[in-house]
Amino acid sequence: MRSGLLGIEHLDRAEIEAILDRAKAFQPAPNSQFQRLDTLRGQMVVNLFFEASTRTRTSFEIAAKRLGADAISITASGSSVSKGESLVDTLNTLAAMRPDAIVMRHAASGAPHFLARYLNTPIINAGDGTHEHPTQALLDARTILDRRPTLEGLRVAIIGDIQHSRVARSDMHLLSKFGAETVLCGPAALLPPELEKLAPNVSLTSDLREAIHGADVIMMLRVQLERQHEATFAAGEYFQFYGLRLDHIELAKPDVIVMHPGPINRGREISSEVADSQRSVILNQVENGIAVRMAVLERILRN
Amino acid sequence: MAKLAIRNGRVIDPATRLDAVRDVLIEDGKIAAIEASLDVTGAAEFDATGMIVAPGFIDMHVHLREPGFEYAENIETGSRCAAAGGFTSICCMPNTSPVNDSATVTRYVIERASRHAAVNVFPIGAITKGSQGEEMAEIGSMKQAGIVAISDDGRPVMNARVMRRAMETARSFGLPVIDHCEDLHLSAAGDMHEGVESVRLGLRGIPAASEDVMVARDILLAQLTGVRFHVAHISSRHSIEMVKFAKARGLAVSAEATPHHFSLADEEMPPYDSNYKMKPPLRGKCDVGAVTQGLASGVIEAIATDHAPHPGSEKMQEFEKCPFGIIGLETAIGLALERLVHSGVISLPRMVELFTLGPARILNLDRGRLAVDAVADITILDPERTWIYDVNRSFSKSRNTPFHGHSFRGGPVATIVDGSIAWSVE
Repeated sequence: MRSGLLGIEHLDRAEIEAILDRAKAFQPAPNSQFQRLDTLRGQMVVNLFFEASTRTRTSFEIAAKRLGADAISITASGSSVSKGESLVDTLNTLAAMRPDAIVMRHAASGAPHFLARYLNTPIINAGDGTHEHPTQALLDARTILDRRPTLEGLRVAIIGDIQHSRVARSDMHLLSKFGAETVLCGPAALLPPELEKLAPNVSLTSDLREAIHGADVIMMLRVQLERQHEATFAAGEYFQFYGLRLDHIELAKPDVIVMHPGPINRGREISSEVADSQRSVILNQVENGIAVRMAVLERILRN
Repeated sequence: MAKLAIRNGRVIDPATRLDAVRDVLIEDGKIAAIEASLDVTGAAEFDATGMIVAPGFIDMHVHLREPGFEYAENIETGSRCAAAGGFTSICCMPNTSPVNDSATVTRYVIERASRHAAVNVFPIGAITKGSQGEEMAEIGSMKQAGIVAISDDGRPVMNARVMRRAMETARSFGLPVIDHCEDLHLSAAGDMHEGVESVRLGLRGIPAASEDVMVARDILLAQLTGVRFHVAHISSRHSIEMVKFAKARGLAVSAEATPHHFSLADEEMPPYDSNYKMKPPLRGKCDVGAVTQGLASGVIEAIATDHAPHPGSEKMQEFEKCPFGIIGLETAIGLALERLVHSGVISLPRMVELFTLGPARILNLDRGRLAVDAVADITILDPERTWIYDVNRSFSKSRNTPFHGHSFRGGPVATIVDGSIAWSVE
């Protein structure tokens, strides 16, 4: 962790607990203005986004600034990457400017892992291809724990394009480490059977109702059309079979919460009624994103 | 009258089933005598006590990158790499630029090799023009110019009708057809073997089925056309089963395996290390076991490296952007000894056969045996010598190998081509 944060899979439980506890301290009190801290004064965080992102980039930027660090955001389209520079060269150039950490999103799975072998600067993975999105899993866990005493024994249904979801991978690793039961659900072509072997307490189904049955948490995923290289499912009938509607909610536990990493596509994977319902905690996830990223930045930069 | 006497080595020649301590005399590029004790004067002496003296090893599957990609390798560097790996003959694949799809390119490669190569170079011609999979290449003229087989390695012929016609043509010219069996639609955009590891790492998978369906297709077409059909770098257990089945039916079907496919499984790849990225990809543990067993049982008749140099700039990228392939000439014998012989899977004579008689038979090459009057291509190896592979001292222009720093027990000691020492260990 001292060297950065690349994924959830290889983090241990104590490390995750420490981040989640610390994040709680960074949650703003209701109706109060957030005070800017100076914990990381004089430190520099570079947000390097090779892939479109609004919430994650903004969230990291705000997290850094609230801790008193300087944050710079770079997007690929406006950088030397568009001039044909290799990823290693871009990162070496940035590292030579001595930032204290690089927050990176990239469309290629493993891009931050590959760079971490060559760079001394800590790298925080803000999503790599279809592999991991560790801070999303941490903020999801924080959001659940704001409403439940423990993750242990919870039944969490993750629904959508699992194959291409880095959120699903990070979430299932985290939930499994804490003894929650994860049910992954989606069209068969987007649900490789090997998923079951990635972590304990993971099961698969292509039946939405079965997945939701008795669930404590329902996590909906966006259909990632940009990552699909072929037509794996008829888009026209996606909502009919995998879209979350109000009548599904009745199958879950009465106090079920509905989550979504965003951006949501109303009417594609989730109905407006569900997205705007009392059960939805989608905006709490966004809020927790800042708190969790503050905890992560603090942990990495103070070492 | 250059003479070389190789003394007191354990001479293993699978062709004559010889396995005994012998002296070997080389005279004028030919083997002059193989006897228990030779009384010769005026010859250079090579003390092979404790070593294996074998027919020159043949690698039937390498990429020399010349013409066109000389920044990655050329005939000189690739062949020196071969010599340092104990190979006296190599067969180079046609995926150069231009593609070796005409007698002109074949003659160019042979001419360059005659001037610059440290070992014998036998070109393999393309099946289709530009290896585009559509129009037939000039197979007959290439045969006259010196190719020993045809293959669209790396860009397999997807159209079964074109493959059928190519097989018929190859048969009429007495050439084997070597196929890199991969259904490109099934493997499209894949980066590694499809399995738990690809799902874990979020990398797109190349299913074993993409190899299997093409092996099945080609076996059926080989039956239809009567051609000698050879499966390049076989890696999937189901494909091996099918080759076994084809052989049992008496078809002229054979297969080769690479050292990396009998040494490494997908789960052994350090995360996103492109030195472990090749085609076919490193498969699961079961497949590695099947390849190993196939080499032992005889279903797989040759070991070939698929030596595929790529410069560091191409391999130092995001995993999905990196090209497929690793260099392998210098580590092949070491890996075969370690994984197959020392581990007790096969005997030393069987290993020698897989590197000599096996490929020679498939390609109908007049090499791979030790006999009086035969060309003096000889590989001398020491099954016990310990050494560490330092890729930065490789003869290759490229550095893409997962075996850098690997400590080996056993390796080549000297490589004799046409009676001259092309390489010997320092």
